[in-house]
Amino acid sequence: MDKYRNQPDAVQALVREDQVHRDVYLSPEVFALEMEHLWRNTWIYVGHDSQVPTSGDFYTTTVATQPVILLRGEDAVVRVLMNRCAHKGAQLVSAPSGQCEGHLLRCPYHGWTYRLDGSVRSIPQKSGYDGTAFADSTAAQGVVVLQNIKNYRGFVFVRLAQSGPSFEEYFGDSLSSIDNMVDRAPGGRLEVAGGTLRYLHDCNWKMFIENLNDTMHPMVAHEAAAGTAKKLWAGQPDTMPKPMAVEQFLPFVNGYAFFEGMGVKLWENGHSYSGVKFSIHSQYAAEGEYETLMEQAYGAERARAILGEVRHNTVYYPSLTIKGAIQAIRIARPIAHDKTLIESVTFRLVGAPDHLLERTVLYTRLINAPTSVVGHDDRHCYRAMQQGLATDGNEWVSLHRNHDPVEREGMAGVYNGLSEVSMRGQFRAWARFMQPLKPTGESA
Amino acid sequence: MSTLHDPIALVYHEARLLDEQRFDEWYALYTDDALYWVPLTRGQPDGLLHTSLLYEDKLLLKIRVERFKSPHAFAQQPRSHGQHVLQAPQVDSVDAATGLTVLRTPFFYMESQRDESVLLSGVAWHHLLPTASGLRIRMKKVELVNCDAALPSIQLFP
Repeated sequence: MDKYRNQPDAVQALVREDQVHRDVYLSPEVFALEMEHLWRNTWIYVGHDSQVPTSGDFYTTTVATQPVILLRGEDAVVRVLMNRCAHKGAQLVSAPSGQCEGHLLRCPYHGWTYRLDGSVRSIPQKSGYDGTAFADSTAAQGVVVLQNIKNYRGFVFVRLAQSGPSFEEYFGDSLSSIDNMVDRAPGGRLEVAGGTLRYLHDCNWKMFIENLNDTMHPMVAHEAAAGTAKKLWAGQPDTMPKPMAVEQFLPFVNGYAFFEGMGVKLWENGHSYSGVKFSIHSQYAAEGEYETLMEQAYGAERARAILGEVRHNTVYYPSLTIKGAIQAIRIARPIAHDKTLIESVTFRLVGAPDHLLERTVLYTRLINAPTSVVGHDDRHCYRAMQQGLATDGNEWVSLHRNHDPVEREGMAGVYNGLSEVSMRGQFRAWARFMQPLKPTGESA
Repeated sequence: MSTLHDPIALVYHEARLLDEQRFDEWYALYTDDALYWVPLTRGQPDGLLHTSLLYEDKLLLKIRVERFKSPHAFAQQPRSHGQHVLQAPQVDSVDAATGLTVLRTPFFYMESQRDESVLLSGVAWHHLLPTASGLRIRMKKVELVNCDAALPSIQLFP
């Protein structure tokens, strides 16, 4: 160990312009440093505010492996609290979601209670602390409430580090993908609906994130799954309406030219999306009733503009990936250097017909579930990398495809859809945020 | 197979075909409008507006079965193997008009792929319909006790 801790130069040397060293995936030490730096310095997705619709509602998850509670307070404000009793550290809430009994957080161990803003409400037999230094201790402050929090159109993010880029600096124009997903609701907002899939991956979290805009893999890795669907459907007459499942599977075996033409757009800080001009979601059947509702809500021109954006995956580096065009998101919850939980969450477009949610639910089940034939082949490839990278003789991972030295000037721009530029952009951000940042205001 | 008329025997037979990977014969046990449903949550009322682990019509089941035959189903290298251990199926209800028979079968199921295995358990509900060629499965609903666990890949049919 200690090949990388307190050795910032060794960490920086893991990333070259067009290659990365295997230790970014294989080293438990690098993983620990990622959780201490990259995942603290950047804005991490926690959950959606519709998961805690009323005061006292909670939803539990992790941020950078640390258990947290998304909680709606008496004042209706959504906060993120560390899921730790101020006393001896027991998790205050163990259920995935629910309502706080009596609008209090109560520790199951010694019965300390906290208000929904994290402050201490009561401690049993409190006189035992008289004459002690308790009042001056961190414990007396109550539950740790994260101060750097942003609720962006329902999507709640936190930055664990005290200082660093502001939310707006960090995400910039990439927020247009969230905007498009929300704008697709005639009612102007989203609600989490349809359940959460939890798919355990035995690979490094970055392999999953990199894959989201890896357009060179579908026609290979998913040939058996989507190719079989294509073959089975091939005999059907043209007049036969395509089932939604076939419509969703088929684009996965589109050729290279399709994915090349899609284009990939990058912003600074590792964010990107593919599907600039069109995407695998472009050819879905028209949704007449929904389109009418959209025109009523926004006017014909604006409705056409909103629905004309059919971005494929947008990566909000490092934790969140979204598919605005079908209202599904996937969240990377790292567990260890070789273990990652991928959560898939679906949304209802408020004011849209049920059929839109049905389409979303079908997609997430077919493509992202632990039972998905597409997911199986992705996960197989991630694991194959996790194991294959252990071999000696080549310690570097090639990200050369369409590399251009001009990228040194900045990553933002639109690129060939088959380029590995989104991965280079991610590692550029990785290297930057793996080191202590300058104080607030100087980091943009 | 075509002469199966005993609902309890059919439930055992279905599990055997799965575990012996006789998927084409297994597929033929299902009616054309059949559904294979593994809900994601307990008591899940619906599979269209709520995500399931499986909610598959015959076309989707066929894609799975045919995919297994492809040399490029990389996640099936090496092949997965499954084993159902069934408690005695019980007839839960019989509809006098249609002959639809519903059976309840608690089970353990292990799916193994070399060093990785996943253990699932729960109750399988078989909805069987009499047809001219014997009983057929109209719906199999598999309610898992560990449906809400973080799961690795489940590649065959629990």
